[in-house]
Amino acid sequence: MELAAPVVAFARSQERPAIRRQHAHLSDEALVALVARGDEDALAELYDRIGRIAYGLALRVLRDDRLAEDAVQDGFLAAWRTAATFRPERAKASTWVLTLVHRRAVDLVRREERRRAEPLAEEVSVAEAAEPTEEAAWLRFERERVQAALGQLPDTQREALELAYYGGFSQSELADRLGVPLGTIKSRMFAGLARLRELLDDSAQEGSWRPEYTR
Amino acid sequence: MATGIHALTAGYALDALEPDERRAYEAHLEGCERCREELAAFWQTTEALAVAASGPAPSADLRERILAAARQEQQVVVPLESPRRRTVPVLAAAAAVAAVVALAVGLWAASLSSDLDGTRAALERERAAAAVLADPDARTVALQQGEGRLVVDDEGRAVLVADGLGPAPAGKTYELWVVSEGDTPQRAGVFRGEEEGRDVVRLEGTVGPGEVVLVTIEDAGGVDAPTADPILGSLPV
Repeated sequence: MELAAPVVAFARSQERPAIRRQHAHLSDEALVALVARGDEDALAELYDRIGRIAYGLALRVLRDDRLAEDAVQDGFLAAWRTAATFRPERAKASTWVLTLVHRRAVDLVRREERRRAEPLAEEVSVAEAAEPTEEAAWLRFERERVQAALGQLPDTQREALELAYYGGFSQSELADRLGVPLGTIKSRMFAGLARLRELLDDSAQEGSWRPEYTR
Repeated sequence: MATGIHALTAGYALDALEPDERRAYEAHLEGCERCREELAAFWQTTEALAVAASGPAPSADLRERILAAARQEQQVVVPLESPRRRTVPVLAAAAAVAAVVALAVGLWAASLSSDLDGTRAALERERAAAAVLADPDARTVALQQGEGRLVVDDEGRAVLVADGLGPAPAGKTYELWVVSEGDTPQRAGVFRGEEEGRDVVRLEGTVGPGEVVLVTIEDAGGVDAPTADPILGSLPV
């Protein structure tokens, strides 16, 4: 009796590659609507589009392959479970899924005390640099564009954004760690995000591109 | 610069709020269009930060692991526009306030009875369970015995989704227990069992890390300590 479900799952997985691209033409938002109706192929397509970015983000926060994969899995399962609650007027579908994964990664890293001792400034090594694919090239381009924009922020704002988003520190933790009032941290994050948005808008107008299948 | 709870928009977009602040902000968001617009803009920026973090690809089997796990919990996802909901418009309107996932099964069954109090109580239970199931932070814990799963949010509130138990025998009830190793099992509520299909039951109290949820069959009304072997059990939370 306990074995029934996994056996079924295994059998079904064998036929997957042949049929899964049937959703390739749909928007991310349409995929989430299908996911809400229990469509596994839509979930697979969503993973194919966003999974890699989600994993890169989780790895940046958690700095551990296994934990990062756990965060991605938990985030996608949360999307699967709660797709019916997704509201496209509030956020893009990709943003929503990435938020679920990021939130899970942050929850996990806050439980991992060893993270606290690690320096946050060093960059995760970039293993895909040699990959010739269009997607890898686009990710590299975007990373450089965002890093250039981050580099133009005042140091205190950049630090607040990076420690929060990539380090998983809460506002109160940051206030303690940096020895500044909580209100100052909130202001730095608010001003930093607002300024980063302007800088990214400017650089996007200078010409960004994205391969069609990752849109 | 925004003040008060509005000022939490950036922290929320960055996931830099404490859990209680996060919930307070989400409640605020429902009624504040300005914050919703601001958040949408900030989220575009955090998505750029996410893309900028990209690095090596995940292992190739992660995709199949996610799909396999999703298949295991496929039926937790019930379309909001379920035909069953439309057959009970009064209840559907009330349930829409609680929004989220329509756990139509138990609600629908209750609405068939003329017992209005019972229907209201069932609605309240469905709401409580739906709130946990719809929480994106909630985790799914597999069962080591029986069919179904346990969903636990980050405060330990838990919902048992049990498949195919059927109604408890005459004069008996299903009773839930939360067990930590070496400790006395704690009562976590009773339920009757649906005629067919799935039971979705919100546990009383909370479940902590490492604890296990069990179900036994006990005399109607429940007992203070389990008297029978479990018929269902979760893995440690």
